[in-house]
Amino acid sequence: MIRLGVPSKGRLMEQTFDWFADRGVRLSRSGSDREYAGRVEGAEGVTLVLLSAGEIPRELAAGRIELGVTGTDLVREKLAGWASDVAEVTAMGFGHADLILAVPECWTDCDSLDDFDSVCRDFRAAHGFRLRIATKYHRLVRAWLAAHEVADYQLVDSQGATEGTVANQTAEAIADITSSGETLRANNLKILAEEPILRSQATLFAGRRAMESPEVQAFLARLAA
Amino acid sequence: MIPKRDKQAVGQRLLAAFRAAGAVEVAPDLLLPAGALLDLYGEDIRARAYVTADPIRGEMMLRPDFTVPVVQAHMENGAEPARYCYLGEVFRKQDMGDLRPEHLRDNEYLQCGLELFSRHPGADAEVFALFHRLLAPYGLSAETGDMGLLMDAVRGLPVSDARRAALLHHIWRPGRFQRLLDRFSAPALPRDFPAVTAPWAGLRGEDEMQARIARLRADAAEPPLPPLWSDRLKRLFALRAPAPQAVAALRDLAGEMPAIAPAVQRIETRLAAIGGQGIDPSGVIFDASHGRTTMEYYDGFTFSFLATRPGLPPVASGGRYDALTRMLGKGREIPAVGGIIRPGVLAELEAAA
Repeated sequence: MIRLGVPSKGRLMEQTFDWFADRGVRLSRSGSDREYAGRVEGAEGVTLVLLSAGEIPRELAAGRIELGVTGTDLVREKLAGWASDVAEVTAMGFGHADLILAVPECWTDCDSLDDFDSVCRDFRAAHGFRLRIATKYHRLVRAWLAAHEVADYQLVDSQGATEGTVANQTAEAIADITSSGETLRANNLKILAEEPILRSQATLFAGRRAMESPEVQAFLARLAA
Repeated sequence: MIPKRDKQAVGQRLLAAFRAAGAVEVAPDLLLPAGALLDLYGEDIRARAYVTADPIRGEMMLRPDFTVPVVQAHMENGAEPARYCYLGEVFRKQDMGDLRPEHLRDNEYLQCGLELFSRHPGADAEVFALFHRLLAPYGLSAETGDMGLLMDAVRGLPVSDARRAALLHHIWRPGRFQRLLDRFSAPALPRDFPAVTAPWAGLRGEDEMQARIARLRADAAEPPLPPLWSDRLKRLFALRAPAPQAVAALRDLAGEMPAIAPAVQRIETRLAAIGGQGIDPSGVIFDASHGRTTMEYYDGFTFSFLATRPGLPPVASGGRYDALTRMLGKGREIPAVGGIIRPGVLAELEAAA
């Protein structure tokens, strides 16, 4: 049996259903909209498991599902050593979003990461604590800043409405996922002129062990055809 | 697998030697308030230390090293001079990249350490010689460095105070340091700071931004640093040789960079003191960049002892951290030097012998 994990709601679920339908596999939610049970037509031995997108990386790594659809951002943030546990089967061409670092638009002296590093140093000297970056992507942001040798900052956890933290003075900068940048602009924030921390999109992942199963291989071959 | 009991036994032996050298044993807590550690090490410590939450005390860390709690305790109620020793576990997690490492490093291991709070000029040599004597039976290689030497070299550059401060700040971050040096060595690019219509947001004040803009404008008017200076720094930072040869090379460099002459003299005196303790200086490596990639708090003499067998972590490391006592001393400061040995690694070397 192949257990296929799919995000349980919203556009991500709909686009995933469309993607599979284009490849001859019809996924649907059974019963009412509130019931998290699913149906698979057009493929033998495949069960649909509806899950929160954020839990799919963990379920894949634990081997409780063989295949799963989620964002590359979530896999890399939530699974340390992700490539040892899961494999990227294919990028699905939707759910595009970049993880970026943004600062107040009024900082006309801050465009690059070098500027940001220098602002962090000044801020710490002036305020007696490290400049705060609000994010929920702790591991990715920390690793990226460490790789670029930016040191005078701290991360503060923000699980939602992250763009509002600067106006509320609970952070001086944010690191978050954005697709169009509209929410950032509406909150008077601008993205640093650097390559994003990560370019993410919806991706079909497989557990490393599951990849060895002939059943999984046959199903993936069918999807690729 | 070496039993923990055997590692403890090695640790107790080292601890007895530190006590015999006049150190008082201290036992800092295993759970430390996270605030001071985060402030000191920054966000990177979260990737290395285990963080946990206490409902009343807030964020706590499982002891990632002894130096900080020992310095804190000394600065709060220690008499001068003082010397402390300790033996206990430290906890370090390994944050991996894309792939799970094949061999996991120990995330819990013993450290046995000695810390000297003393204004005595011979303290560096005393600590190094004591470590050297304790580790002599294991056939390790000894490497040393001096962060004060590098900082003096930077202080001696013919640049503005703003540029000097930026370089000094990043001396522990080689990539960023090099970017700054390259930028200061090239003609400055003119830069616009267009007026923005967006309202002011956040805690950083407009005055802070204006101060930085004024600094950047002044910087743009500064002539580039002549290339011979970055060449001199490059030669200094790349210097690595047995200590007596290194000192000779440093003396030559001091001819071109007079600012390092006092540091070179200090290194020479220290080396002579180490030699006076019966250690052959030619068996000690001097690597000018030795302290650059280690803990940011070392600001003078640094040392480490390494096993020749590959795959083992450094057996011992230490150095001088005067600035740390200033940071944690709330207005007080005292010169301090110390180091740790990992009894577990010694036990492994003993078992393999």
